[in-house]
Amino acid sequence: MDLPVNDSGRIEDFFPTLRILDTQGHVINEQARPEISNDELKELMRRMVYTRVWDQRALKLNRQGRLGFYAPVAGQEASMLASAFLMDQEDWLLPSYRDIPQLVWHGLPLYKAFLYSRGHFEGGQYPEELKAVMPQIIIAAQCTQAAGIALGLKKRGKKQVAFCYFGDGATSQGDFYEGMNFAGAYRAPAIFICQNNRFAISVPVEKQTAAASLAQKAVAAGIRGIQVDGMDPLAVYAATKKAREHAIAGDGPTLIETLTYRYGPHTMAGDDPTRYRTDELTGEWEKRDPLIRFRFYLERLGLWSQEDEEQTAEQARTDVDKALKQADRVSKQNVTDLLGFMFEKPTQNIQEQLDAYSAREGDQR
Amino acid sequence: MAVKMSYSDAINDAIRFAMRKDESVVLIGEDVAGGAEVDHLQDEGAWGGVFGVTKGIVEEFGRDRVIDTPIAESGYMGAAVSAAVTGLRPISELMFNDFIGSCLDEVMNQAAKFHYMFGGKAKVPLTIRTIDGAGFNAAAQHSQSLYALFTHIPGLKVVIPSNPYDMKGLLLSAIFDDDPVIVFEDKTLYGMKGEVGEGFYTLPFGKAEIKRSGKDLTIVGLGKQVYTALKAADQLAKKGFETEVIDPRTLSPLDEDTIIKSVQKTGRLIIVDEAYPRCSAATDIAAIVGDKAFDYLDAPIKRVTAPHAPVPFSPPLEKLYMPTPEKIIEAFREMVGEHVFSAL
Repeated sequence: MDLPVNDSGRIEDFFPTLRILDTQGHVINEQARPEISNDELKELMRRMVYTRVWDQRALKLNRQGRLGFYAPVAGQEASMLASAFLMDQEDWLLPSYRDIPQLVWHGLPLYKAFLYSRGHFEGGQYPEELKAVMPQIIIAAQCTQAAGIALGLKKRGKKQVAFCYFGDGATSQGDFYEGMNFAGAYRAPAIFICQNNRFAISVPVEKQTAAASLAQKAVAAGIRGIQVDGMDPLAVYAATKKAREHAIAGDGPTLIETLTYRYGPHTMAGDDPTRYRTDELTGEWEKRDPLIRFRFYLERLGLWSQEDEEQTAEQARTDVDKALKQADRVSKQNVTDLLGFMFEKPTQNIQEQLDAYSAREGDQR
Repeated sequence: MAVKMSYSDAINDAIRFAMRKDESVVLIGEDVAGGAEVDHLQDEGAWGGVFGVTKGIVEEFGRDRVIDTPIAESGYMGAAVSAAVTGLRPISELMFNDFIGSCLDEVMNQAAKFHYMFGGKAKVPLTIRTIDGAGFNAAAQHSQSLYALFTHIPGLKVVIPSNPYDMKGLLLSAIFDDDPVIVFEDKTLYGMKGEVGEGFYTLPFGKAEIKRSGKDLTIVGLGKQVYTALKAADQLAKKGFETEVIDPRTLSPLDEDTIIKSVQKTGRLIIVDEAYPRCSAATDIAAIVGDKAFDYLDAPIKRVTAPHAPVPFSPPLEKLYMPTPEKIIEAFREMVGEHVFSAL
């Protein structure tokens, strides 16, 4: 028996890394350079610098016990913010637990992000106009939800898109494939943004899959896939812009793999990244820092100065302090709060427990 | 000979005994070796799971038998189930019991049903180790105690050890049991120290332990709530009230006899369970006692549980959410009535 075998083509060759700015902020791929105004370039830089400063403050606050759960973001600013920069106010955001910056820039007040970190219910009460779901804790569960939200947008004739964020680890989960496949089958307007920071907590991406790239996983779902340099804000922006245009045009979803790196630990809950990553590797990635290269690029265009940098950092520090104070002013939670949120109208057994706990809480006052 | 070791070390010890005794025992799950898959850490050694419980096991038994998997619960649980059916004796670690949502089919429809559907011809010697328990500030999706969910499913055995000694003996029983068993490890107990038998030993399923004898009240404490029950018993003792505290140790099978005999003696029953109250283990035990020992009861059966709401993340709120000795005494006061209670 002689069956045709295709062992000549390497699929990863169809997914070269899109890079527009080199590490020194020089344009190395003029052809791919996206149309973006000077104001937008400046605003993107401002968001990245602001977020870096806020992240550094958040780490300190966490160590002081003033914040709870926190997943550091430094290193991933371009992956997060240059992609989310393309979001229309009415587009939907499906973040993972690390993607708090996108949530905040999409409209979640900073003090609510802090309340979320502390486990206060007000951190989950989003403003009416904010189109976003809570940061997803269960790995890849947001992928199927993105398909559903996108399908809903399409059915209602909205020219809007669902932006779904997850990490490299999520691509091992069935939900990742199911979400992409489902969105693809219905040409639903979703963008699946896989921030490949190379480690699922401690497990390197090479040990998670035999696939040479994660972008190529789009092939099986029959959707577009692209791999970009996740430390290059322009490349991330360009790929996302294209993906959004396709989605709006009814051409279906895109999987974007951003090659990035988190400088810090997986979360502040206790993993020690120096145990599973070498200093050399981290140093290598720090040289590709998105803020450094974008700063070079904008400085050359005369769009960014030391003064802008300082002003932005100062603004971030002031805002964080203000948000923290606001979070501190929120009233303490009670068990009756928990029970009250269980249903639209309490069922009999919930009402009984509400009554019992109200009496107890009343005693404590 | 007994040695003092932690709950966590008792698990590690049991797994090593099992793996030395039987080549077919393998350990599979996310991060069970931990870092063993990182090339530059090969020599340095691995940390063994999110709480370091399986630390050192990969060094002793190698990567063929200690298998780190991608984040794919459905994938590795399915693989463990079928490996069990075809001759291995896998210990599959579901990192947090909350993640059962990602692989329930493999456990509920596959592992639990093979023996039945093959007319008794297929054996599923699978052990699932999983972390449960609130009180660790791990929020709604990492703090649940879902043992009732598994007790509900025919074909599964459910084990909830409350101390290092029980953990080692029950885990070894689980591993060498020919049916699928799920063993719950309360994350807040990992550091707890206690006497553990030095060698290989097993403890039978369906055999409760009476932690303290008494004639006035029976308290059944599930998992770590046995300690809440014991504290309440201490307080009641000061009022001259003798409480019998029972640790059922396994929920499926359940040692009904020990509980019923106790209630026949005391006439009063409180069940303390940090899981949700509806369709729970506490509710199940109450129903069994109501059915089989109704005539002996002097008061309604009380359950002291979490409210029927998810575990809160906020540390102070989580404390209010959990069963406490005070809540148990409050339940007791309701049972006996104010006049009796205040006369004590």
